[in-house]
Amino acid sequence: MQTSILSICYLIGSISFIIGLKMLSNPATARKGNLVSAAGMGIAILGTLFLYQPDGKTFHNYGWIAGALVIGAVIGSVAARKVKMTAMPEMVSIFNGMGGLCAALISIVEFGRIAEDHTDLHVLTIIAGMIIGSVSFAGSMVAYGKLSGKVKDHTFPGQHIFNLVVLFVIVVMGAFIVIGDSSVPVFMFYGILFLSVCYGVLFVAPIGGADMPVVISLLNSFTGIATACAGFLYNNQVMLTGGILVGSAGAILTILMCKAMNRSLKNVLIGSFGGTTVSAEHATGEQGSYKEISVTDAAMVMNYAHKVIIVPGYGLAVAQAQHTCHELEKLLRDNGVDVKYAIHPVAGRMPGHMNVLLAEADVSYDDLLELEPANEQFSSTDVVLILGANDVVNPAAENDPSSPIYGMPILQVTKAKTVIVNKRSMRPGYAGIENELFFMPNTSMLFGDAKGVLQQLINEIKSL
Amino acid sequence: MQTLLDFIQANIELFYIVILSVFLGIEVISRVPSVLHTPLMSGANAIHGVIIIGSIIVMGEASPDNYVVLALGFVAVIVGTINVVGGFVVTDRMLEMFKTGKQNGSKK
Repeated sequence: MQTSILSICYLIGSISFIIGLKMLSNPATARKGNLVSAAGMGIAILGTLFLYQPDGKTFHNYGWIAGALVIGAVIGSVAARKVKMTAMPEMVSIFNGMGGLCAALISIVEFGRIAEDHTDLHVLTIIAGMIIGSVSFAGSMVAYGKLSGKVKDHTFPGQHIFNLVVLFVIVVMGAFIVIGDSSVPVFMFYGILFLSVCYGVLFVAPIGGADMPVVISLLNSFTGIATACAGFLYNNQVMLTGGILVGSAGAILTILMCKAMNRSLKNVLIGSFGGTTVSAEHATGEQGSYKEISVTDAAMVMNYAHKVIIVPGYGLAVAQAQHTCHELEKLLRDNGVDVKYAIHPVAGRMPGHMNVLLAEADVSYDDLLELEPANEQFSSTDVVLILGANDVVNPAAENDPSSPIYGMPILQVTKAKTVIVNKRSMRPGYAGIENELFFMPNTSMLFGDAKGVLQQLINEIKSL
Repeated sequence: MQTLLDFIQANIELFYIVILSVFLGIEVISRVPSVLHTPLMSGANAIHGVIIIGSIIVMGEASPDNYVVLALGFVAVIVGTINVVGGFVVTDRMLEMFKTGKQNGSKK
């Protein structure tokens, strides 16, 4: 009786995940979709707590389970509520790592109590769950470190091959344990655990910070597969369907993100190895002269323009300047200037990052232009103000076939009469390549932190 | 070979579930606007937190005097819960912003 109710709970959970994901992929129903999956998760968890009866035995350790649930819920909800909108990608990465850690821990425990009559496939799911879970955990932590600027990109010659060797050793050791006799060498199991963690670090370490969203999405998919392994292990349908669903959806999402940047996944994952040398050549080859513009002049130009388009990038997010930016927009609009925002699909650290940020500052949705409408409007625009964006406005993507970002759709800001670029310095963007836009005759540079510069612009315009 | 065939035969429903879920996941996601990539990733991230059920089972089945398993399970339940609760709350916060944006204007 109880077991059949539990099965129904799991069925409801699985269906709610599917419906939730479906609703999440449509802007109108997205929020409800999230709640639907959360409700399904709640039902599945409560069902497990109160109805799970393996072999007629009841659960032990209710106190500990309840304690852990409360601690986890408090940490999770506080962290999720406190985090700033700009740090959202880091947060998702941490949460993903927690899921991977959970999968790895389950596998460790299950390995410790493998039954006498275990099958090879039983061992295989345990090992696979542990490898994938710990790679996902370690990788997510590195991704978090990179996004928050705590970890720099690390490469050494031949790292790609070294990584493959590590992966190969992991697979061979895993296969040895699975195929080997019943007496499983424990030290080998922990060896695999150690190597998997190392591989997770090595896998993410060389990939550039700008590609972290793709990596997080990929690791997200990994954790889904680790979850599915555990689902296999416990013959638990809700874990299996949930895990596989996230595994395949995450994989597709990863590919979609790559497509939005017009790159292949392979290019993202191993492209960074060749990237550094290319950027060095370009930096020396194309360095020209640029001209600076003073805040007063910039304010003047913008105030007397008919139409201004703001192109926000990661610099805006770092400086937390979205509110100041909205203030400038309102001020210009009060002075009769037509102000719009042009949002590149991959501006910022994650697709949709800028939309989230500007929505937080109450910028109206009608003022956000997507790539194609924006490109149609640039030719009738007087001033384009670029706030900490770089690669998404780099003309090299259209006219330099040797550029690593060649082929990526960009915002064609050069069509506008004047381009003002706000950057902190002349350093190249995350793709590590020089931007010839900065050296064009109708481009002026306005150096400084986005928030400070915007504030000065506001003050100048007010005093005009 | 025979053992593999036996295994597939014995778990044929599982294989159906896996294969159908793979296609379902691809199908559900494939037409999503790029604006929603981040919330969708975050939502999917919360869903794989269902791994917590495994950690609850581990703890529930552990005998109360097996401290190693208890400790590992305890940590597993905590991190699993962080994944689930944090994931859903963060996704909700992201989507909440889209909603306030919509009240000002109407898009799509």
